[in-house]
Amino acid sequence: MKEQLKSIEERAKAELKEISDSKVLEDFRVKFLGKKGELTAILKQMGKLSAEERPVIGQLANKVRADIENALNARASELKSAAEAQRLKSETLDVTLPGKKARIGRPHPLDAVLEDVEEVFLGMGFDIVEGPEVETDHYCFEALNMPPHHPARDTQDTFYISDSVLLRTQTSSVQIRTMEKMKPPIRIISPGRVYRSDAVDATHSPLFHQIEGLVIDKGVTMGDLKGTLELLMKRLYGDSAKIRLRPHHFPYTEPSAEVDMMCFNCHGQGCSMCKQEGWVELLGAGMVHPKVLEECGIDPNVYSGFAFGIGLERITMGRYNINDMRLLYENDMRFLEQF
Amino acid sequence: MDLSMRWLADYVDCDMPIKEFVSGITLSGSKVECYEKEGEYLSNVVVGQVKQIERHPDSDHMFITQVDVGESELVQIVTGAQNVKKDDFVPVAKHKSTVLHEGKQVKITKGKLRGVASNGMLCSLGELGLTVHDFPYAIEDGIFILGDDCDKTVGKDIKEAIGFNDTKVEFEITSNRPDCMSVIGLARETAATFGKTLNVKKPEYKGVSGNINDVISVKIHNTQLCPRYMAAVVKNVKIEQSPRWLRERLRASGVRPINNFVDITNFVMLEYGHPMHAFDLRYVSGNSINIRNAQQGEKITTLDGIERELSSEMLVIADADKPVAVAGVMGGEYSGIMDDTTTVVFESACFDGASVRTTAKKLGMRTDASSRYEKGLDPHNCYDALMRACQLVEQLGAGEVLDTHIDEDFHDDTPKSVEFDSAWINRFLGTDIPEQKMIDYLTSLDFEVKDGRVYAPHFRIDIERPCDIAEEVARLYDYNNIPSTIIRGVAQAQRTPKQKFERSIRRAMFACGVNEIETFSFISPKFFDKINLPADSKLRNCVKISNPLGEDTSVMRTTILPSICETLARNSNYRNPECYIFELGNEYLPVKDEVLPAEPKRLGIGVYDTVSGFDFYDLKGMIENVLDRVGASSVTFERADANCGYDEFSAFHPGRAAIVKAAGTTVGIFGELHPKTLENYGLSMRAYAAKLDLPQIMENSDPQKVYKPLPKYPATTRDIAVVCDDEIPVAELEKAITKAVGAILEKVTLFDVYKGEQIEKGKKSVAYSISMRSHEGTLTDEQADKAMEKVLKELSAIGAELRA
Repeated sequence: MKEQLKSIEERAKAELKEISDSKVLEDFRVKFLGKKGELTAILKQMGKLSAEERPVIGQLANKVRADIENALNARASELKSAAEAQRLKSETLDVTLPGKKARIGRPHPLDAVLEDVEEVFLGMGFDIVEGPEVETDHYCFEALNMPPHHPARDTQDTFYISDSVLLRTQTSSVQIRTMEKMKPPIRIISPGRVYRSDAVDATHSPLFHQIEGLVIDKGVTMGDLKGTLELLMKRLYGDSAKIRLRPHHFPYTEPSAEVDMMCFNCHGQGCSMCKQEGWVELLGAGMVHPKVLEECGIDPNVYSGFAFGIGLERITMGRYNINDMRLLYENDMRFLEQF
Repeated sequence: MDLSMRWLADYVDCDMPIKEFVSGITLSGSKVECYEKEGEYLSNVVVGQVKQIERHPDSDHMFITQVDVGESELVQIVTGAQNVKKDDFVPVAKHKSTVLHEGKQVKITKGKLRGVASNGMLCSLGELGLTVHDFPYAIEDGIFILGDDCDKTVGKDIKEAIGFNDTKVEFEITSNRPDCMSVIGLARETAATFGKTLNVKKPEYKGVSGNINDVISVKIHNTQLCPRYMAAVVKNVKIEQSPRWLRERLRASGVRPINNFVDITNFVMLEYGHPMHAFDLRYVSGNSINIRNAQQGEKITTLDGIERELSSEMLVIADADKPVAVAGVMGGEYSGIMDDTTTVVFESACFDGASVRTTAKKLGMRTDASSRYEKGLDPHNCYDALMRACQLVEQLGAGEVLDTHIDEDFHDDTPKSVEFDSAWINRFLGTDIPEQKMIDYLTSLDFEVKDGRVYAPHFRIDIERPCDIAEEVARLYDYNNIPSTIIRGVAQAQRTPKQKFERSIRRAMFACGVNEIETFSFISPKFFDKINLPADSKLRNCVKISNPLGEDTSVMRTTILPSICETLARNSNYRNPECYIFELGNEYLPVKDEVLPAEPKRLGIGVYDTVSGFDFYDLKGMIENVLDRVGASSVTFERADANCGYDEFSAFHPGRAAIVKAAGTTVGIFGELHPKTLENYGLSMRAYAAKLDLPQIMENSDPQKVYKPLPKYPATTRDIAVVCDDEIPVAELEKAITKAVGAILEKVTLFDVYKGEQIEKGKKSVAYSISMRSHEGTLTDEQADKAMEKVLKELSAIGAELRA
């Protein structure tokens, strides 16, 4: 029997080497280890053995079974890895083929920049308010210290609806509406559309956007105005952004300033982008004129404040290097999908 | 305003690099737009003297000249000009020089003309970039023969020799500073900015004895509109060309020289900022000047030859019979100076700014004078301007000025003053400027500080309040030296619910793969026809712009739809194969008995896709997504029709348009565009659009999301297919199912609609998967069967029977 067991083991191991299919492996298990398998058949004859032989042969039989099982499992796992390797190889992809893109909608560049500006000001405690675009002469001009026939009205070519109703030329109209409704301290920005009778070209549009800012409180200084604008520009354009203030005239602020930003392109040296000036005009600002405060029932002896109006188109074009304002209103998909 | 730097140097030392000047004066408040050096395009052009001249042997119109240009040898130059003689001094463009030709800089090199060597070129005025107005004795089409007003040193650079070497600086002067619209005003700013001394002397003249009242009388009938009128008389006038120094100052200021009297009035206007007028006494009937309101309908032919009808609020200068000038705007046709004028009356007057502005605007003629007057000029300046004009007449030998003048003066002479509080100024600016420094700044601008008050010079019309003084201090201190600070105190801010709502709408649209656009809020009234709006639609009642740029931008949109269609059309024109766009934009709807229209916000969507395809249900899914994101309550859809509340219905395919409701309120319309709309916009593919009313959606939404526990028990699913009339919308079947299943209904999913073989014509088969679940326990088959029985009963009631 000993010899029989040995021979089974040898045959089994030899056969196992030849197997390269996991199904055949199962047949092999049945043939050698199954209930009707060769090893079981031998063990059934154990009864015929003497009491001395029985434990010896029994032990040997168990060892043979264990050996075959181990060999079988090893072979099985070998075959599995080979099969897996084969599958993985067959599934190799050309990773340079194009990806399948889901459509993603994109914000209009003006709105993307506006959102950034809003975040900066929300962080500084400025509420966002809105006002009407079709506006009365009172809110757009008169209450802003621009009575009829004021020469400064000439600089804002106005679209009129009637003698007293117009399309607002500036978001400053919202200053008055806000001060009428809120009491100081006031910190607001008001983004929106404004209209001026300018024909469309690369740098002009009859409709554009401004972001008005207004701060009214006790002890607000011109240094605060400067600090606020510097912070905004650094947040929008990075820490190297540099601005300068130039005296200017707006009827509703005194002192008034125009604010330039150092040209990105030439860093103040002068180039074709900044018309050799080294600086690009960005926005108008100033300390709210006491007449405007009085008009809104705020005592200029107690309160002071500043206001500014940022041209959204200008900062957007600067940010993305857009050289023609018309692109912003054409809404060409090839343009929109760049942002 | 164009400033001649040479002229400026007459009054203040501005000997510094031009860049430094430009930047300094800009930062103190007089903004420089740009500057230009005269004749920059000329190089290596010098004064030469023609020493020999002979005919070209092979040409009957050319000459060979030998020219002395201050070098050891004469230079041979061939010229085609006919006006050059021996010994003439001429501009010579030497070998390797540049001149102007047809407005462009060109290079001159030596060469041969018909076989004869020519080592340069003799130049005309045009080649130097000048005209006969600059040198009236020269001719247009010939060589410029230098006159006695030029430096005739041979070899000298031509720009220096003829005084064509000024620098012209263009300023943008703000409307509150008409005093800076003058050489003297800018000289004062220059002196204050750079700490220099201003050298302006009071102009004086000798005059000849005579009583002006014997020559002319002046009467102001409306002292409100004319607070001051001064006149002087010049006899034995000699009309001539002005001298070179005067002509070149005018040229650099952008004014063309005409003759000595016209030039003097222009010169004084530029120098003092005060417009002058010169009348020919012969045409002042009755020798009387009346400043009065025009009679209604009175006519005048102005200098430009146009007859104009006046109205009674306009101020005119009239003689005994008729208006001879529109005050502060323009003279009448006979009022100007002519070659045979013998006696001139100078006017130096002050008119009310608003009145001049209105008159000029109404007559449609804004002139250099009117644009100065309308800002409000200083009546004091009338005197200096008149004296300067008289002084120039004497200096030029242009006539004899009477030593008496007329001065009708009604202006209020009280100097303006404001309290001076240096501590307040520092608090207001956030600075720490010593009081003495402030006083120095103010003094340099001709302000006077005494007894705690600041007295403004009379030419400063803009000083009224302490903040005006703060600005004067701040601008000379330099705004950029003010320390930057952060606003004191804390403040909190957040977006309003409306702003948050609109933000979620935007974000949902991005997630749906749609790009944001910005379109003009004004449209053409024709756009209403392009979207087939009914002729009697209320949307045609819109806010109209009275002075539009053009018809295309003449009315405020009452519907966002045309803007969407326009954008689709433009993209299609650009051959973009797909277009996915949305706009969050206002409509402008007139409100009865209100001055201002309502400006509700809309979501407009437009899509076409010729690549991957897009249909009604894609758009509907997009709208469902958006409404789901903002938490719109019980969203339902219905077929749209002419009475659905949206006149825009007519823009849509009648069978493929729907309205959407939230909590029963109609909040939008969408669908496929009508073939006629597509045709009107030149769209060759199917296209889709939507308009949603944001305020209405927001009112019927709850942005607050609440967690519902996840199910503990399994769901039971049953599928059914029913057959019903094709007309029945599936929404009704779903309603029936929902009602029948009741509380245990989890979800009804439509998975098939079938028409065709095996189904009777005019009918359709609709298949649903109905998922049921209880939160109390696992549903039994019996419970599910019972629910399904009820479903079939309800469906049967509306005419849908189980498919056999």
